[in-house]
Parts: sequence; structure tokens; C-alpha cells
Amino acid sequence: MMEEVKEVTSALSVHGHNIKITDVVKDGDALTFVIVSQKLSGTGEYHVDRTWDDFEWLQQHLFSQEDVPGLQGVIFPPLPAKASGNASAKIMKQLGVLGLGEWQPYCKALETFLQQVATHKILNKNKAVEVFLTSSDAPGRQKVKKNIFNRLSQAVEEMRKEGHKDVDEFFQTERDHNLVLTGCTKTAAEKFLDMVLTEQKIAVACGHFSAALHLCVEPGEDPDKKAFSRLCVQISEVFDSMKKNMTSVAENNVNTLGLGLDLESRYQEAEKEMLFRRTCKLVELENARRNAEKAKPVKKAAMEEVKTATQTEFQQICGVARQEIKQFHGVRVKMLQQALVQWCEKQLLTAKESTDQFNQHLQAFRGMAQ
Amino acid sequence: MADTVRDPPPDGTDFHELEDGEELFPEPAAAPEESQPASLPAEDISTNSNGPKQDLLFDDDPEDLFAEATEEVSLDSPERDVLLSDGPSPAITPITPPTSVITPRIGHAHDDMFTHSSFDEIEEEEGGDSFDIHISVSDPEKVGDGMNAYMAYKVTTKTSMSLFKQKDFSVKRRFSDFLGLHSKLASKYLHIGYIVPPAPEKSIVGMTKVKVGKEDQSSNEFVEKRRSALERYLMRTVKHPILLKDPDVLQFLESSELPRAVSTQALSSAGLLRMVNKAADAVNKMTIKMNESDAWFEEKQQHFENLDVQLRKLHASVESLVCHRKELSVNTAQFAKSAAMLGNSEDHTALSRALSQLAEVEEKIDQLHQDQANGDFYLFSELLGDYVRLLTAVKGVFEHRMKTWQKWQDSQMLLQKKREAEAKLQFTNKPDKLQQAKDEIKELEGKVQQGERDFEQISKTIRKEVSRFEKERVKDFKTIIVKYLESLVLTQQQLIKYWEAFLPEAKAIS
Repeated sequence: MMEEVKEVTSALSVHGHNIKITDVVKDGDALTFVIVSQKLSGTGEYHVDRTWDDFEWLQQHLFSQEDVPGLQGVIFPPLPAKASGNASAKIMKQLGVLGLGEWQPYCKALETFLQQVATHKILNKNKAVEVFLTSSDAPGRQKVKKNIFNRLSQAVEEMRKEGHKDVDEFFQTERDHNLVLTGCTKTAAEKFLDMVLTEQKIAVACGHFSAALHLCVEPGEDPDKKAFSRLCVQISEVFDSMKKNMTSVAENNVNTLGLGLDLESRYQEAEKEMLFRRTCKLVELENARRNAEKAKPVKKAAMEEVKTATQTEFQQICGVARQEIKQFHGVRVKMLQQALVQWCEKQLLTAKESTDQFNQHLQAFRGMAQ
Repeated sequence: MADTVRDPPPDGTDFHELEDGEELFPEPAAAPEESQPASLPAEDISTNSNGPKQDLLFDDDPEDLFAEATEEVSLDSPERDVLLSDGPSPAITPITPPTSVITPRIGHAHDDMFTHSSFDEIEEEEGGDSFDIHISVSDPEKVGDGMNAYMAYKVTTKTSMSLFKQKDFSVKRRFSDFLGLHSKLASKYLHIGYIVPPAPEKSIVGMTKVKVGKEDQSSNEFVEKRRSALERYLMRTVKHPILLKDPDVLQFLESSELPRAVSTQALSSAGLLRMVNKAADAVNKMTIKMNESDAWFEEKQQHFENLDVQLRKLHASVESLVCHRKELSVNTAQFAKSAAMLGNSEDHTALSRALSQLAEVEEKIDQLHQDQANGDFYLFSELLGDYVRLLTAVKGVFEHRMKTWQKWQDSQMLLQKKREAEAKLQFTNKPDKLQQAKDEIKELEGKVQQGERDFEQISKTIRKEVSRFEKERVKDFKTIIVKYLESLVLTQQQLIKYWEAFLPEAKAIS
């Protein structure tokens, strides 16, 4: 049952920047996320359970807001693809780094999505956001009406518009730049993931080696046999440490830079979509102008009206878009910086811990009686 | 025992193949003595050979294990002469007998035959010449062109031992020289219970690439792998107190010219394995099962069987690790490239700079991965591989012991038969035949005694060798793990350096 969206005076009654996903519960295929947000009044928290379908409901509502001028100029915070408890290999591949680490990175990505939505000056005015974050009942599975943001039905002619020359240098530059960046970022994210997967393989291999060494341990009083057995056990401990180290390295990668690159990649795609919408509107406007010019006197007035309306829409979109782009540039640099700094700090810590560990082993071996 | 003086062999002594009926160990004239590797009836065997084992090689006995192993050598071919009689040979007597003065230059002719027990005494009586020798194999150099080309390696020995003429010297050797050395050592010592370290494997594919002149990474890796294997092989060989003093080993290390070993497939690891398998089959086929009076041998054999299985598993595990490590290196390099491209496309200056730095860090980390992969390989993978191959030699000596036992049993059975036959002949009037039978019995009695001595000796030697092997094993593994840990620590310390350098760059963004 779709709950009626409450009439509220201010848009959001909770803080947006510190929304947290504190837990994820797996029930067969379905994943349920526990979302905690802090009341603005400071009197407590909201705890709600949501599934990915609920997130999609929210996103659809954001797309279909009707009373916002220039909405198409908004860079919509990207929602990660749907994950399922028993995801197929194809879905896992699509999720990339988000599919790793027992859904922790995935939760982080959803969390970021909510924070971005809830702090967005245009989007957080949408009542669906309040409902999503505060209503104890699930928002429901009602089919949202189709909106222009469904790119699923992108016809070939639509794709051709992507390359349409712009009238504004600022936007042309941004489009060109975005095109290059989306490609580079996607590649970097993919290569990074490859690295992480191989690191995990190494960790597993170290574990196998360690286990295999235990098989060499033999009982017996023979001093040489005992010495060898003891040696095998100690060597296996070294490989356990190696496994721990590699696992940490991989985790650090996933939780910081991996997530960062993934978010950056999806955010670049979101900007691409916005720029495309604007370009489509530009094409629409140019068509409207042409139609108005060529129109026979009978149709002329109507065509002029269309042209004017389209012009207004386009200008509104451009206005919003400029703001969004400026904001976007600032946010993404900050986000990447944070990712890089955290990544570096975590890897540094792991390296220091591992050095200590390996040194301990080394001293133990050196001190061993012959 | 013949107290013959042995002259240093002249060039081109006729080599004379032992006839089928001739015995390797002729009936000892005097009191029974322990058999020795160098107890050759000088008249029968060319002074060029250093071990009685040579003759077994030429024995056409189908049961003979070594015939199988040396198939590829085509020992019946004329090449064989080249192999054995080329150029000056080292002296005959391998070991200085304890009774004579340990001359600074071992290898001079010695008057006395010596016994196996002398080996023991030598080991104990080192007389202040502690084990101090280090061999390195370096500077691989391609000699010649095309398919006749080969790699020459510099073998450098640094030692303070009086065994050697100098303290620091080098020679040039090629791969077939190493194989030749091993074949000589194996033929002298394996059958009496000494664990002779196996030579590195031949590789037709690897070598062809090198010959053809492909100067790519894989052929460089191949040469490095081989160089390292040759070095380990020599070190393992000289660590053996008996082998160290063998004239062939000394000649190999010191002599500037070495007669070229032409047919060098003899007793390669694969050959050894074939021999061992054939021995196993032969033993199984025998109707008399060996009566193992000594549980130690049974237990040890079982232990080595288990160890072989475990080592192979470990080896496979490490190979997998090396493989993944190399994969990580490739992935890291690719990520570095993509980060560099990202940095180039980025127009925020500080971010662009940080991303470029990131790319550089990743490139350096790639190098660390490669170094670590090498560490994984050259330390662990090769160690385990060496031990798997070494175990074939260990299994080989156990099989030899069984064969020795079998030979002894066969002699005993034959003696029994002859005695029965002689008893029957007593009642006939055939004095000639009777005398012949008596002669044969006398001969066989000697053989039986010799057989028993051989068996006891090989059992004793194996016990010592196994003990040495087990001690060496602990030492080897310990040395390797220490080196490995040092490399791990170094890698982490490098990483710390890189991360500490990168952190301010990352913080400096915006």
C-alpha cells in the first residue's frame, strides 16, 4: 500500500550529511538495509528498513517531480545497481567493487546516495525523501509513472544527439571533458578491481600453503624430525601473516579508493546523462525554432508558443546545469581527495603493522637453535 | 686386496669393456675387507674410470637398473670411449686413506687401498679444515651461433680449505659439463648408498630459444633460472663431505680445461626416476620378498614417500602463488597506466598532480610485486623443487640397498644349489667335475661374504646419509625462510616509504 505522502512545511526533518546505513540483513535473495538518520530537532533518530526497490521508488520520485523548473539540469546522485543475496556472476561483475566485502562497500554506496539526495537543495524538497527516511512503513511498490529519465528505451536517433554541437562553449567544453573523464575513470575503476581480485587470490594461495605445511608435521621423538616439524609450523605462521597482510591490503583498497573510483565513475555517468538531457532539449529547441520560422501563417502562432516555451525550459535547464556542474566539480575533487588520503593512510598503517609482524617472525627464526 | 700401485693414467689408455662373465669385485685374495668404490682389479678395468660402477653400466644384464637409466647415453656407441677417455683424467683414488698424510693436493697416486670405514674416519677426522667453501655461478655468456651455440657459465670458488690449490679461482663451464659431473658422481656413489644431488633438468625448449638468439624476457628468465639451479647444485654437492673430495669434483671446479662430456643424458633426474621405477618393478617381480630385519628402513622409506607427496603439494601451492603474484604485477602496471591517463585528463591541477603521483607509486609497487614473485620462486619454489628431485636420489639409494640384498640372496641360493650338486657329485666318479664344483663353491662362498658385506655397508651408509639429509633439510629450509622474511620486511619498508611520500600529495589536493 502506498502511504500518502504527508504534507510537510519544510522538506526534510532530518540531517542529510550523517545518514548512516548501520546494517544489512540477507533473507534469501532479498537484502534489507537499516537506515538511521538524526532528527533536526536533536531529539533522536529515525530507524527504517528499506530494500533496493524502495531506493528505486525514491529515485523515480525524484526524476518525476513536476513542479521544479530546470529539473533536467540536475545531476542526479547515482544509485548503485540492484544487488541480490544470491547474485549471478553477471550482476556481481556489473557491481564491480561494490560486490565485494560482504556488502559493506555496497552499503557505503547507498549511504552516499542518500546523503547526496538529502543534502541536495533541489531534491531534498521532494516529499518522497522525507517519507523514505522517516516513515516506518515501506514506501510501497507502486509503479511510478514513466518519466523522461528512463534511458532504457534509447533509440538510435537519440544516441546521435549525443554528439550534437553545442551553442555554448562552456557546455561544449564540459561535454568533451566529461566524455574523456568517464572513459578514463571507468577504465581505472576496472583495473583497480582486477588488482583487488588478484590480491584476494594471493591471500587464498598463502592460506593453502600454510595449510599444506601443517601436513608435513610428523609425530616422533627423533630430534631432526621434531626440528623439521617445528620449522614447518613456524613457516606456516609466516604464510598466515602474509595472508592477513594481503587481505588487509585488498580490504583497504576496496573501502577507500575502490569505492571512490566507483562513485566517481557513476557520478561522471550521471553528469553525462544530465548533459545529454540538455543537449536533447537544445535539439528540441533548434527544431522548434526552425518549425516556427518555416510555419505557415495558420500554424505560426502555435509554433511560436512552442518555441518560447522550449526556450524557457532550455534556459532554466542551463541555469540549473551551470550550478550543478560547479557544485559537482567541487564535490568530486573533495571526494576523491578523501578517498586518496584514506587509502594512503590505511595502506601505510597496514604496511607498518606487517613490517612489525614479519620482523617478529624473523627474530624468532634467527633465534631458533640450530 | 691387491696392493697395486696406481699410476696416474696416461692419455688414451685403451678402454676395455668388462666381459659379461667378469666380476666386478673379484674374489678377494686375503682376509675379507670392506668393498670400496675404487677397488678395481687394475688389470681388468681401464685406469681411466674412477668407479667400479662404470662396468655395471655396460653390463648387458637386463635386470641391471642402470642400463635403463643410461639408455640415452648410448653407452654401446663409440661415443662412450670419448666420454671416458678424453683427455687427462683425475686420479683414481677418490679419497685419501686415513693412514697416509693428507696431502695438500689430493689426487696423487696412493699405495693403499682403503676401506669404506675410511670414509667415516675422514668425516670425523677433518683435522681443522672446517667446511668453508662458497661457489657461485655467474656471467652466462653465449658461445657460438645457431643450433651449435651454448651458454658458458663462470664457476667461481672461494675457499680456505686446504683441499684446493688456491683460495679464489674461476673456470668456465657449460651445462653438459655439469651433467657430466653428475653422471660420474652418480655412477660412483649412488649404488653404495650415497645420496648424490641430482643435476638440474635439461630443457630443449628453453635452450633452443637461447640458441636461436631470442633476447627476450622469457629466455633471460630461463638463463637466470638455470644459472641459479647450477649454483645450488654445486653447493649441495660440495656440502657433502665425501663428494667434496672426489677428484671429479675438484677437477670440475679447478681445471681450466675439461674433457667434453658428449653423451650427457646419463642419470638425469628423469633418468633416475626411470631407474627407480624400474627398480621398484624389478623388486616387486622378484619372488623373494625382502625380509626387512631393520624397521628403521621401512619407517624411513614410508616417511620419504609421505614427504614426497607433501613436498609436491607445497610446490604446486607455491607455483600458484608465484603465478598470482606475477598476475598482480601485470594488473598493477595496468592500473598505473590508467591512473596516469586519468591524471592527464584531469583539469583540476592538484588532483591531476596527485593522480600522476599515484600512477608513479603504483609503478614502483609493480616492481615490488615482481621482486616478490622472484623471491617466491627462487627461494621457495626452487627449494621445494630441489627437494622433490633430491628425494628421487634418496629413494634410489633405498632401492639400491634392496638390490644389493637381492644380489646377496641370489649368491646364497646359488651357493646352496652348488653345494647340493657337489654333494651329489661325491657319489659319482667324476673327479674333474667334482673339483670344478669345489672351485665354484669356493668362489661363491666369497661372493656370498662379499654380498653380505656390501649389504651391511650400504645399510650403514644410508643411515648416515639419511641423518645428514635430515639435518641439511632443516638448515636449508631455515636459511630460505630467513631470506624470504628479510625480503618481505624489505618490501613492506619500501611500501611505507612510498605511502609516506604520497600522503602529503593526496592531502594537498584542494
